[in-house]
Amino acid sequence: MQTAKSLKEYKRQLQEALDNGFLRGTLDKFAVAYPAGRAKAFQGIDVEALVAEIAAAKDAAIDCLDDLYHQFRDNAAARGIHVHLAADANAANRLVAEIARETGCRRIVKSKSMTAEETLLNHHLEAAGLEVTETDLGEWIIQLRHEGPSHMVMPAIHLSRHQVADLFGEVTGSPQDPDIERLVKVARRELRRKYVEADMGITGANFAIADTATLGLTTNEGNARLVTTLPRVHVALVGLEKLTPTLHDALRVNRALPRNATGQAITSYVTWITGPSPWEGTPAGERQMHVIFLDNGRRELARDPTFRQVLRCVRCGACANVCPVYRMVGGHQYGHIYIGAIGLIVTYFFHGRDNARNLVQNCINCGACKAVCAAGIDLPYLIKEIHARIQTEEGHPLPNRLLSLVLENRKLFHGLLRAARAAQKPVTGGTAYLRHLPMLFARQHDFRALPAIAARPFRDRWPALRPSVAHPRLRAALFAGCVQDFVYPEQLEAAVGLLAGAQVGLEFPDGQSCCGLPVQMMGENDAARRVAARNVQAVDPDGCDVILTLCASCASHLKNAYPRLLADDPALAGRARDFAARVMPFSQFAAEVLEIPAEAFQAGGPRATYHAPCHLCRGLGVRQAPKDLIARGGFDFVAASEEETCCGFGGTYSGKFPQVSSQILARKLADVEATGAEVLITECPGCVMQLRGGARHRGMGLRVLHLAEALAERLR
Amino acid sequence: MTSTHDMRQLFQAKAEAVSAVVRTVASPQEALAYTVELCHGKEACQLLIAGCGEALSPKARELCDLKPQKVIAAPGLPPAEGEALGRLCAARGIHLTDRPLREHLAGIDIGLTYADYGIADTGTLVIDSSSEQLRLATMISEIHVALLPLSRLRATAYDLEAELGALMGRAPNYTAFITGASRTADIERVLALGVHGPLELHILVWEDK
Repeated sequence: MQTAKSLKEYKRQLQEALDNGFLRGTLDKFAVAYPAGRAKAFQGIDVEALVAEIAAAKDAAIDCLDDLYHQFRDNAAARGIHVHLAADANAANRLVAEIARETGCRRIVKSKSMTAEETLLNHHLEAAGLEVTETDLGEWIIQLRHEGPSHMVMPAIHLSRHQVADLFGEVTGSPQDPDIERLVKVARRELRRKYVEADMGITGANFAIADTATLGLTTNEGNARLVTTLPRVHVALVGLEKLTPTLHDALRVNRALPRNATGQAITSYVTWITGPSPWEGTPAGERQMHVIFLDNGRRELARDPTFRQVLRCVRCGACANVCPVYRMVGGHQYGHIYIGAIGLIVTYFFHGRDNARNLVQNCINCGACKAVCAAGIDLPYLIKEIHARIQTEEGHPLPNRLLSLVLENRKLFHGLLRAARAAQKPVTGGTAYLRHLPMLFARQHDFRALPAIAARPFRDRWPALRPSVAHPRLRAALFAGCVQDFVYPEQLEAAVGLLAGAQVGLEFPDGQSCCGLPVQMMGENDAARRVAARNVQAVDPDGCDVILTLCASCASHLKNAYPRLLADDPALAGRARDFAARVMPFSQFAAEVLEIPAEAFQAGGPRATYHAPCHLCRGLGVRQAPKDLIARGGFDFVAASEEETCCGFGGTYSGKFPQVSSQILARKLADVEATGAEVLITECPGCVMQLRGGARHRGMGLRVLHLAEALAERLR
Repeated sequence: MTSTHDMRQLFQAKAEAVSAVVRTVASPQEALAYTVELCHGKEACQLLIAGCGEALSPKARELCDLKPQKVIAAPGLPPAEGEALGRLCAARGIHLTDRPLREHLAGIDIGLTYADYGIADTGTLVIDSSSEQLRLATMISEIHVALLPLSRLRATAYDLEAELGALMGRAPNYTAFITGASRTADIERVLALGVHGPLELHILVWEDK
């Protein structure tokens, strides 16, 4: 449970997590194993179509949440189920305690429920003098340790068998062997007696089916079955968003939920409960069943046009499974109660701004969560929106205001870059790197060699480079982005060289500036909007067939964010859409439009591997074109096993969380090293900066090249 | 549409992938004999009650002592099959209980039940467990043996919507999808079977038409 009061305290806690060797090892193994398990589980299923179906069905349910509640309530009443609606966490907790009092219950067994974690139900019930025992093995372990979950599906993933053995030693009063099979059996016996003694069972629910008043529960251990069978009172605490019209909706979600969560085709048990079944504990016994629906901000969320999609979440936990930051720091640092990307978002709504403020800044924006989400939620976008919303509510930090001011004024921004070039001379020692970091950077940034600003930006070189093509077959406007324009102009030069002879009319619209992603990353939506407007005005979409960019991050931002940012600007909305439609990354243009052939290059190149920029592979769905070009370029291509894993750059992220960034980078470079490649090729100047700087810092002797540079070297 | 044969193969493969044992028998009678022999082959079960060999707290240990002999429960069997099973159990000295299973919460050796349906694409059994006896038999047994006539097999859960809807329409209802044995990976993501429910699931199938 993340509760740091300041960013400084949060960073200190992040460092503790980064220094936890067991946690790092466990999460690393999981991060590598998960994608393969997931892919296998989804074999033969059209995942994209399934996710789209789930998203549409969930959206339709969110549209009529109140109606579904009423329908469930009426059908439930006819089946002898007591239904309650709790406005907030406190109300829900009080209801449960009240039911316990009215029914004379003292001992409670619980099966896993994130909703009960959300309301901190156990604390409340224990304070009311009730005995509560979690029966899911992982939940029981963390309950005994007085901790919160560190993963939504595997709550005790942060603990070793030794820690569990020590814990069980205390519980049983007998020393325990740290053998997992045996520890599981100990839990089996210890918890069995808890079921026997309990008079109330509490569960959550994965589904609340309105047309039959049926609850659906998925578990692997089978504990929910005992919890709903042995005690005479069953209370289910259910988030309103679990309401779904029909069984079909539930079955559809259940096709994706276990596959996405743990790579299982289905969990061991799926339990469908419609009304209180007879209770046979005493001859005249009767079972009571209560369903408490929890609002806690959900109904308001359902009305929010931007954030309503949050309610699609099926709580599979996959967004944590693939998150490079989660992988480094674990769930206790990557959520308040809900973990992972979705946790960063819902913390704001369920647990308040104070608990969300630090968390929402710790997103590297790699898009891995969005790509894996079972309900198609645009998680990175929503995280940034929360970040922006908090800043709107609390005021914008000074560095943000300054950066916004600078980026909105191109001449000022470029003037500053030129001035910085002059100022950096004492620290470059004549190399292309900053040899000593200026005071502006903290010591923590020393994990990679940072590049120096180039002697002459691309825009100054352009007039001499501009190819003259009499009858162009295509007109392309080059969008440089600030890193390539001012730090790596040679990457753009290489591309200009590669396109020579392809009969492309190339232009470099002078009024262009930074794409605006850095301010968007800092939650500065207004600045991002104004920067977008400038660029859309600077590059006339009607004057070109393609807006070509060699920066994957720029490309993805221009294509995906611009139409959204300018949607409400009557003068520019249409132009922004035309602009976005023309944006194309270099590899796609060279491989698929120009079809540059292998004959253009020399054969017999060195062994090379590829790093897929997040914003290219997931942001734009461009996966094959760069690798095709690497092969055509004569390189001996060998794929890295984590080709699509983030390099840890994330633009301003690596400036804000250098400690996390450097560890992601270390893992990435180890993966690259395992391929035995001499050259690492990628297609984003940001990735080049991070990877080249890291390789140099480690003295790896690995050449890190932008795809355009790599290909230019191989031209015949 | 997948053929019956393919569906059956898929069911078996998916169930076995989650460590269920799938056997084809000639008849329900053979299934009963299989169950009794499985129980007979289970060793000195009193010592092996799952977890009872471990270092437990005194209260948890009390439950271990409640279990005097090998026990099979087979709620919901047709009377003739119930009688036949009783004879087979008696011959092996196994107790076939007809007492409320709440008296056996320490655990029983085998719970024998029919499955209402099977789902091929996930290797799943569908069991209407609205009766507490039947439900407990599938929960507190160390081995759950499920009988599935193959005419009850469907390709996917979607193909059972009408049947499931009918069950849910007759409230109160408690329907279980069961796929493999009870499992957990909560400690270091290492798979362990039998955390709360059965340690083993055996599925006996036969052609019934």
